[in-house]
Amino acid sequence: MHTIALIVENRPGVLVRIAGLFSRRGFNIDSLTVGSTDNPDYARMTITVDGDEVVLEQVTKQLNKLVNVIRVSELLSSESVERELAIIKVAARKEDRSEIMQIVSVFRAKIIDVSPRSLIVEVTGSDDKVEAMVRLLRQFGIKEMARTGKVSMVRGTKAMVP
Amino acid sequence: MGKMTGAQAILESLKLEGVETIFGLPGGVLLPLYDAIYESDIRHILVRHEQAAAHAADGYARATGRVGVCLATSGPGATNLVTGIATAYMDSVPMVAMTGQVPTSLIGKDAFQEADITGITIPVTKHSYLVKDAKDIPRIFREAFYIARTGRPGPVLIDLPRDVTVDELEFDYPEIHLPGYNPNLKVHSLQIKRAAAALMEAERPVIYVGGGVKYSDGHRELLQLAERIKAPVTTTLMGIGCFPEDHPLSLGMLGMHGTKYANYAIQEADLILAVGARFDDRVTGKVASFAPQAKIIHVDVDPAEIGKNVRVDIPVVGDAKSALAELAKAVGEKPWGTWYEKVAGWKGNYPLCYSTEGETIKPQCVLETICRLCPDAVIVTEVGQNQMWAAQFFTHKDPRHFISSGGLGTMGYGFPAAIGAKLGCPEKEVFDIAGDGSFQMNIQELATAVVNDVAVKVIILNNGVLGMVRQWQDLFYEKRFSNTTLYRVPDFVKVAEAYGALGLRATKPSELEGVLLEAIESEVMTVVDVVISPDEKVSPMVPAGASLSEILELESADPAAQTPRSYAGPSASEILELEG
Ligand SMILES: Cc1cc2nc3c(=O)[nH]c(=O)nc-3n(C[C@H](O)[C@H](O)[C@H](O)COP(=O)(O)OP(=O)(O)OC[C@H]3O[C@@H](n4cnc5c(N)ncnc54)[C@H](O)[C@@H]3O)c2cc1C
Ligand SMILES: Cc1ncc(C[n+]2csc(CCOP(=O)(O)OP(=O)(O)O)c2C)c(N)n1
Ligand SMILES: [Mg+2]
Repeated sequence: MHTIALIVENRPGVLVRIAGLFSRRGFNIDSLTVGSTDNPDYARMTITVDGDEVVLEQVTKQLNKLVNVIRVSELLSSESVERELAIIKVAARKEDRSEIMQIVSVFRAKIIDVSPRSLIVEVTGSDDKVEAMVRLLRQFGIKEMARTGKVSMVRGTKAMVP
Repeated sequence: MGKMTGAQAILESLKLEGVETIFGLPGGVLLPLYDAIYESDIRHILVRHEQAAAHAADGYARATGRVGVCLATSGPGATNLVTGIATAYMDSVPMVAMTGQVPTSLIGKDAFQEADITGITIPVTKHSYLVKDAKDIPRIFREAFYIARTGRPGPVLIDLPRDVTVDELEFDYPEIHLPGYNPNLKVHSLQIKRAAAALMEAERPVIYVGGGVKYSDGHRELLQLAERIKAPVTTTLMGIGCFPEDHPLSLGMLGMHGTKYANYAIQEADLILAVGARFDDRVTGKVASFAPQAKIIHVDVDPAEIGKNVRVDIPVVGDAKSALAELAKAVGEKPWGTWYEKVAGWKGNYPLCYSTEGETIKPQCVLETICRLCPDAVIVTEVGQNQMWAAQFFTHKDPRHFISSGGLGTMGYGFPAAIGAKLGCPEKEVFDIAGDGSFQMNIQELATAVVNDVAVKVIILNNGVLGMVRQWQDLFYEKRFSNTTLYRVPDFVKVAEAYGALGLRATKPSELEGVLLEAIESEVMTVVDVVISPDEKVSPMVPAGASLSEILELESADPAAQTPRSYAGPSASEILELEG
């Protein structure tokens, strides 16, 4: 799995071009996030793709050719901070509640909604951490889940700006 | 410049880009733009189908090296352009396609004749614009032309809602500011050094030349380099004409229907210098066994092409012309050696050839005769067997003189492209080497040619069948000729006459030369119906999925009855004499 960060022009149609490029060339997107940067003219995307080095090289080069794409860069997990946020609605019978609370506290997650038969848990962290949390909650019954996909940034002073 | 309408700004922008001729067909939303065209200096060629507008703009661009321009109305007009845009995209042709669009206030409402043409064409354009505000017109046109012609050329689409062409703006042609678009033209000197060293070291080098050399105008530098290091040169279908085929170092075309000697040379080479070529599957055959002994140097302006299909040892990103010039400077003079002798031996032993038995006209001979009578002609082709014979049996010597849809393989491309080429180069003789199937896909353009006095010479190699597909049925589907017979309908001479063109026919070898001469001397749009056998095959051939070494000579090639291709080869009448 590779993580690619993009700075793109914040215009209609840009997302379609990028998504279209992946599907047309047969690259698999595992997750994709978009959000604004400090400059409203540009947006930042983080895309995780499945594939070997050859695929990664093609993806990067093809993305670079899009006129609306300003920067493309692979982010190595060893050199970056990575975060994902998930909110999970988990079934919570009386007898399971305390165990769920324990898991939540071990993961430094939060309970953000409580109702008689379910809880909504919010967890932030690396995708491994989120994944581990999801696995543990599965035994109680996950009713619904929303994950943001990963955002990522290189450590240190080096900055990726338009 | 002052205030003007969007329509006027479009025409002003075209003028500033040096556009003289555009191809199009009007419709409701384009009325304001066409009204402005009515009083402008731009030459507008009214086509009979928008697909032909795109192909004509493409043919114009390929023949002249300038950006071709076409125009179609919203909805069906725009979608009719799509095949032509895709054709240009696959072959890296600089083009600006303009489409009308419903007014901005109606976009997204399924308005009358609304089609999301920017969305539809994303995968087949280099870039595209939907103009939302008239004041953006000058900037967008400037960017569009710049993007279309620089770096790896390609089609750019501009979608023009009706209101934008009516609204007023203050015209100002701004400087280009495209932070996300930086074509990399300058070659890296270290890579040139490495490539030059590899070329000097190599004992069996081959230069594999593609369309990129033509686009960069690098044929002189190529000749210089090849002659210095005595490296044989083979071209792709798109590279045809970049190296003179009558030169001792020429191997002609490689690949599926290339020469045996080009394919053998590739398979024996210890070094391949690929310039402006993209290792298409029609060229490589089975990739795993392509050039098994060779190191590969790949020069391409598009970094994404390098390493896309084959492993590359020395990548050189940049313009082909400058790379070839730098390489020619960096290498030393090499002597003629055993590699050249080996290649020359193959050329002698395995020439392109065809059987001259029988009473029918041979398509290969048609091409040889045209070449003898008119060696400087621009040869445009349709798609199929006709295209391959045109590639093989005309001796190509000049870039931009062979125009063919290679990447998309669009039947119906040739005739409108020939019209575009002739309008771009009126002083040249322009032939469309056609198949009976392909020609019928844009036959209505006879009207365009006749009305505008465009004297294109269409030579139909009329086998009465979809020959190329039939050839595969013959070889690989036990002669089960499912839906490939066209029954020699219509009568092309009568069709030509109905449109007011000159129609000629040759059915016997003895008639061929006379009829071709008449066509060449004709000063009007001319169609020549040349009756050939449906069983004639394109040979040699690398079967799909096979390696280049497995190239086959097909049945018609009985060595005793062969005429090897040569530029000064026998004429049709001489062959007849030989036959007695
Ligand atoms: C029926 C049929 C049969 C065919 N059989 C054959 C065959 O036997 N042999 C064959 O060769 N083809 C054949 N083709 C054509 C084939 O499908 C491809 O279109 C063709 O091989 C591609 O040619 P190319 O590699 O030169 O690439 P092009 O499509 O011409 O691409 C040009 C390359 O040059 C690069 N470039 C552009 N500008 C520059 C520049 N300024 N500097 C450097 N690089 C630049 C581009 O990035 C690109 O990589 C056939 C087609 C059809 C329809
Ligand atoms: C638009 C389009 N449809 C179908 C094909 C598939 N095709 C490739 S060659 C060919 C036959 C072409 O027939 P014709 O123009 O008569 O040429 P010939 O091979 O007989 O010389 C066909 C159908 C194509 N290339 N383009
Ligand atoms: Mg035919």
